[in-house]
Amino acid sequence: MPRASAGGPGEHRTSVIGLVPRSWLNALGIPPWVWRPLSVSLHAAFEATIVVALVGSALGFLLAKGRFPGRDAIETVCSLPMALPPTVVGWYLLTQMGGPGPIRNAELRLFGHPLTFTFNGIVVAQIIESFPYCLRFSRAAIAGVDPRFEQAARAMGLSRWRTALLVTVPLARRGLVAGVAMAFGRALGDFGATMIVAGSVPLATTMPIALYEAVFYGSHEQAMVLALVQLALAFAILFGVSGLGKVRPW
Amino acid sequence: MTPALELAVARQIGEFELDVAFTVESGVSVLFGPSGAGKSLTLALIAGLMRPDAGTIAINGHVVTDCSRGTYVTTQKRRIGMVFQDGLLLPHRSALDNVALAVRQASGRRARRALARAWLERVGAEGFADRRPGSLSGGQRQRVALARGLAGDPALVLLDEPLSALDSAVRRELRSLIRGVIVSSGVPAVLVTHDPEEAEELGDVIIAYNHGRVTGRRVVERPECPEPPPGGPESTGPV
Repeated sequence: MPRASAGGPGEHRTSVIGLVPRSWLNALGIPPWVWRPLSVSLHAAFEATIVVALVGSALGFLLAKGRFPGRDAIETVCSLPMALPPTVVGWYLLTQMGGPGPIRNAELRLFGHPLTFTFNGIVVAQIIESFPYCLRFSRAAIAGVDPRFEQAARAMGLSRWRTALLVTVPLARRGLVAGVAMAFGRALGDFGATMIVAGSVPLATTMPIALYEAVFYGSHEQAMVLALVQLALAFAILFGVSGLGKVRPW
Repeated sequence: MTPALELAVARQIGEFELDVAFTVESGVSVLFGPSGAGKSLTLALIAGLMRPDAGTIAINGHVVTDCSRGTYVTTQKRRIGMVFQDGLLLPHRSALDNVALAVRQASGRRARRALARAWLERVGAEGFADRRPGSLSGGQRQRVALARGLAGDPALVLLDEPLSALDSAVRRELRSLIRGVIVSSGVPAVLVTHDPEEAEELGDVIIAYNHGRVTGRRVVERPECPEPPPGGPESTGPV
């Protein structure tokens, strides 16, 4: 299992779960071996989901509405991480981000160091793994909007952009939100790709990797707690997504 | 006087072939004929929602489609208003917002909403301005749709079977409203129906359709003009 030293590019940039002060967590009796990986997981998944939500929804819109050759090929390529074992995705990311080549050169220019075995490496791995979920949900949601509403909007004089913003996106919002939620859940739960790209970097260890380590080192009580926390998170996300389907839309 | 609409278009869809030519002056022109005759397709071509294979369309003398020259003005720039069979009000917006979105001639949210409210009053829909379409009856929705179709100061308003989804009592009630509001607004209208009674009651001119062809044209004799409904904004009329 590769390990990087604490601090530097490998260190997680914030040490709290969202905005909860560390002292509160200590006062609540939540041990660092829970809140630290939870903080890393939530922070990385949050950053990855922002990127995925913006790019995935926009590309989903383009694929649903655009009329250009190669749309299905683009969707297939972007969806490959859904069908590939996460370790395969991680291997490709590791070799591309860590090996010599234009991607590594770009990392050095932008960040000053390669992203492998860093917190940002985790974010990249989670972006790649969760992107297909957002893309496919958003494409289906946009394609599912009755085009006659958009025709009505155009007849009202709304431009293509205003029609997209005021009509298409609001009508597709449940599917779009569900896609983002699923992407967040996928990012939060990623193990294989994260493990290969970022390893088990101290202070930048995600929940699934912390669980793996707890099992590996025989800390079954820790493993149980870590698993329970992830179970609760997954339940909350899926419950929220299924709730979206039941809420009366308007 | 320039006709409100000059149209000579052809469009093939599978086995069906539309080949029609007619002009529309002021008042309400009704495209009347059986289902599948090409009436709604004609409206879609006028609105720019579909392109003809050949022909030209001019609204108030402005050519919006000319296949021989490759001219095609997009739907949003044609200055048309549309009233669809099932209203097609945006379900996530209130009735007032639906109408305000269509207001083109006023800038600023407050001005647009004021104009929209005036149009809702004009069609008798002011009582449910803040309600969403999902909570309105079919007749109420069509009142809002009519206000929306006219609120943008269109050069031409197109009504695609606006009453066919309603029960007979509401249809009778809305017929006189539709005709009264359109005539008083001064906006020329093209209305599609397959109901002969509706065609007679609403139209100034009836253009008969069958199998994708215009088979007749008749001016409806009207003893007197209906009184315009009181209040509401005055349209600036056709361009």
